This record gives sequence, C-alpha cells and structure tokens, in this order.
Amino acid sequence: MEGFRYLDGVATLELDADRCVGCGLCETVCPHGVLAVSEGKARITDRDACMECGACARNCPVEALSVSAGVGCAGAIIKSWITGAPPTCGCEGGGGC
Amino acid sequence: MTETNPCCAPAPPGNPLPMAETCCPPPSSTALAMAEPCCGPDRAAEPCCGSASEAVGPRWADRERPGYRIWPFVEDWIETPVGDVPVVSPRLGRADVLGRWAMRWGIGRDRYRIAPGLYAVGRPTADSPVVVTANYKMTFDLVRKDLGGVDAWILVLETLGINVWCAAGKGTFGTDELAARVQKVGLDRVVSHRTLVVPQLGATGVAAHEVRRRCGFRVVYGPVRSRDLAAFLGAGMKASPNMRRVTFSLWERLVLTPVELRVILMRPSLVLAAVLLMLGGIGPGGYSLAGALVRGGAAVGALAAGVLAGAVAAPALLPWLPGRMFAVKGLWTGLGAAIVLGARFGARLDGWGLMALVLAVTAASSYCAMNFTGSTPFTSPSGVEREMRRALPWQIGAAGLALVAWMVSAWSL
Repeated sequence: MEGFRYLDGVATLELDADRCVGCGLCETVCPHGVLAVSEGKARITDRDACMECGACARNCPVEALSVSAGVGCAGAIIKSWITGAPPTCGCEGGGGC
Repeated sequence: MTETNPCCAPAPPGNPLPMAETCCPPPSSTALAMAEPCCGPDRAAEPCCGSASEAVGPRWADRERPGYRIWPFVEDWIETPVGDVPVVSPRLGRADVLGRWAMRWGIGRDRYRIAPGLYAVGRPTADSPVVVTANYKMTFDLVRKDLGGVDAWILVLETLGINVWCAAGKGTFGTDELAARVQKVGLDRVVSHRTLVVPQLGATGVAAHEVRRRCGFRVVYGPVRSRDLAAFLGAGMKASPNMRRVTFSLWERLVLTPVELRVILMRPSLVLAAVLLMLGGIGPGGYSLAGALVRGGAAVGALAAGVLAGAVAAPALLPWLPGRMFAVKGLWTGLGAAIVLGARFGARLDGWGLMALVLAVTAASSYCAMNFTGSTPFTSPSGVEREMRRALPWQIGAAGLALVAWMVSAWSL
C-alpha cells in the first residue's frame, strides 16, 4: 500500500502487551502489517497504517487488542450524526466498503 | 457418430472439465439454451448434437425439480456421505462476465447471490481442502475460477449476496454463520481433516478460536485475493507476505467508480438539480424560462463536472494527489475541472459567475472525493470522522458562497 497513507494519530488500536501470548494471529490477519510478533509478544509497528477493521481484536484469543472498529463511509457517518446511532454502511454488496 | 461425438454426451465421470461446454451450453437454463441454438430440440438434426434422443431434455433432467433451476456453472455432481454436491466449472461463461459488469454498474446488486452450502471444484476427496467464501455470486465466480485446476470443496456462507469483506464488517460473514454452516452441511462427514481456509479479509467477522470451539474445525486464514488461493494451497497453506496485504491499484479503484457515481446521483442530487434549474430563472427581469434553462443548465453542468472530478478523477489519481485527506485530494481535481470549464466558458461569465463556478465545482468535487473513503481498503473510520469534521464546514461554506455568487451574477451581466 505504498502511496496510500491516511491520517496520522487517529487510529484507536491498543495493545495490552501483558495479556499477549504471542500466538501471532493478529500479525496474520492484519491487511496492513500493523502488528508484528517478536520474542513471544506482539508489537504495534505502524499504528497510523491501521484502518480499524477489527480483525486482530476479533481473533485475539486473550483479548489483548482493542480497536473501535466500524465503517468509514462518509454517508454512514453523517447519518449516524443525525440519528445518533452507530454508523452502518449501506453497501448492498460488491466493490469496496 | 452418435457414440463418438462428445458434444452433447453427458460428462464422463472423473473428467473435471467436460468438453460439452465448448460446444453446447448445459441446457439446464432455458434462456441460455435458446441463446445458443446448437443443442436446442429444434436443431436435433444438427450433427453436432448427436442423436435426437440425447438432445431432448436438459443434461441434468434427473436432478431437476419443479420450481428450481440448475445454475449453468454446475458441471457435474459428486457423491458424498451428505448427498450429492454440485461440481462447479472453473471457467466463467458469458452470463457470468455480463453479470459481473452489471454489478460494477450497480444493476441488480441486491439479488446477485447463490444458495449457501457445499460446492466442489475438480474432483475433491475427503482429504481435499475446504475453501470458505461468501454467497455474492461475483465473489463465488472469482473463487471457482481462481481455484481452476485444484481439487477443493467450497463452503459458501449466507452473506445475503454481499462480498466477504463487507459482510465480515457487518458480521454476516462471521463466527456464527461459519460454525452453523459447517454443522448444517455435515462437513465433518465429507472431509477427514478439520481445517477451513477462510479468506483473510473475513477475519473481521470470524474469530478463529471461537469457530474451533463451536464446530471443531481449525481456521487457517488464506490470502487476501482469491487469485493467490492456488499458490497458497500449493505451498502447504502458507501465504507469502504479499498475499497478506491489500492493494488498491488503478484498476481496483476504477472498477468502483461507476457504483460511486450511482450512489451520488440518487434522489438528493436530482432534487438539487431541479432546484437549480428553477432558481436559474430568477433575474433582473423577474422570472424567465430561458434563464432557467441557460443559467440553471450551466449550474447543473458545473455540479456534474464537480461530481466527475471528485468521484472518478480523484479515485483514479488518488496516490498522486497531494494531501492525506480525501477532501483535499478532491479539491485539486475540482480546481482542475474548474480551470478547464473556466477556459472554455469563462468569456461568457463575469467575476461573480467565475467565482460561483470555481467554488461550486471544487466543493462538489471535494465532497464526492470524501465519500470515496468508504470504498478504500485503508481509511480508518476514526480518520474519516476527523476528516469530515474538518472538511464539511468548508465544503458547505464554499457551496453557499457559490450559490450567492451565482444568484448575484444574474444581475451583473
């Protein structure tokens, strides 16, 4: 994903290294190489590349990872501002979102 | 001749790629059979189709049931302890390609699904891998095409016709559905191993350890792209680093733009265009229909240019446009479009008109580009929200100023 960087300092990804058992699944599922395991512990190597998809947290067997995952559609966020409900994507299948 | 011509003979068992399709479509679908007359009943005399007795009736007549239609991509059936499983073609037919293009333009996207359950490619056995995917037909088509040459089971989950990533984000491609589907199809009686290959982008909805606990199957995350599946399986279920990373090439961006345009050009945009056409008639001489057409038409045209700049040009040029925020990227393409329009029509505009043109095109472009964040595989929701809080006031302000300048320009000409 060179040439594609989004905003710095916004991603909500957090890792509790004390809980981490070093299974490495987070490193496997991350589509942006944000996490890496060395010496039996995961580390966040590039938090600003995180797109908050939530795959790492979902697959962490000891709940060492947390991230506020969700959809990044502008339309969905506007709707959520109006309705107060969490954003849900209106994509009817196909393509990106 | 009747014996030797393979054209319309039933597929020989054990041959994963029956020759039949090269000449005769599987006549299970009436529409398809009619489109290619080779094997139709009227053409029974045609030498291609063998004897009349062979040609009459669909290829899978014994499997047909009233009210059901067999998909043209089903090539054969394979016996398993849980019943016969359809063997699907690793090639895409004309209908599949047409369907994919219809999807890219957003036509019928909400009903492009296949039945969930177990399918086969090639001649899988109890030792063959199980590849999990979504029941969006475009996704399924890609998987069976990319698995060409591999003997595998395809476990299709019910994602309501939505692709893996989107469905995983919503949770329909998820732990619950996967564990339930494994049990429903009786997968443990079909295969002797206990491994599921789940697409990496499905990990957003699937918790591997939970799946194992619930149905006894171990989840191995496969590559991001189905085209790497064969290499992944060939390498003993090992993914190279490249297989684990999402990409967003020019082509991957461009195929998303038609749907992007469709989403933008929905009712609110049409209402806006109608309002502009009406307002265009207001001028120093009261209301004029000619003014409505000329000035209103110009305003709608300017907005259309802004939409194209933001929803097509900005995605295409994404990595080369300065700025991290998509609203800023759209600003540049919008300015570019405004300069082109200004050079072409500027002579007919005064200062106010020119100001309205530049502001309107740029604001529309910036907003549309910002909307594209939802279609990319690298923007975080937190980032999009931050960007919107910053950019929306400017976009609204520019649009408001453009409206005022445009109205004023009616008097100053």
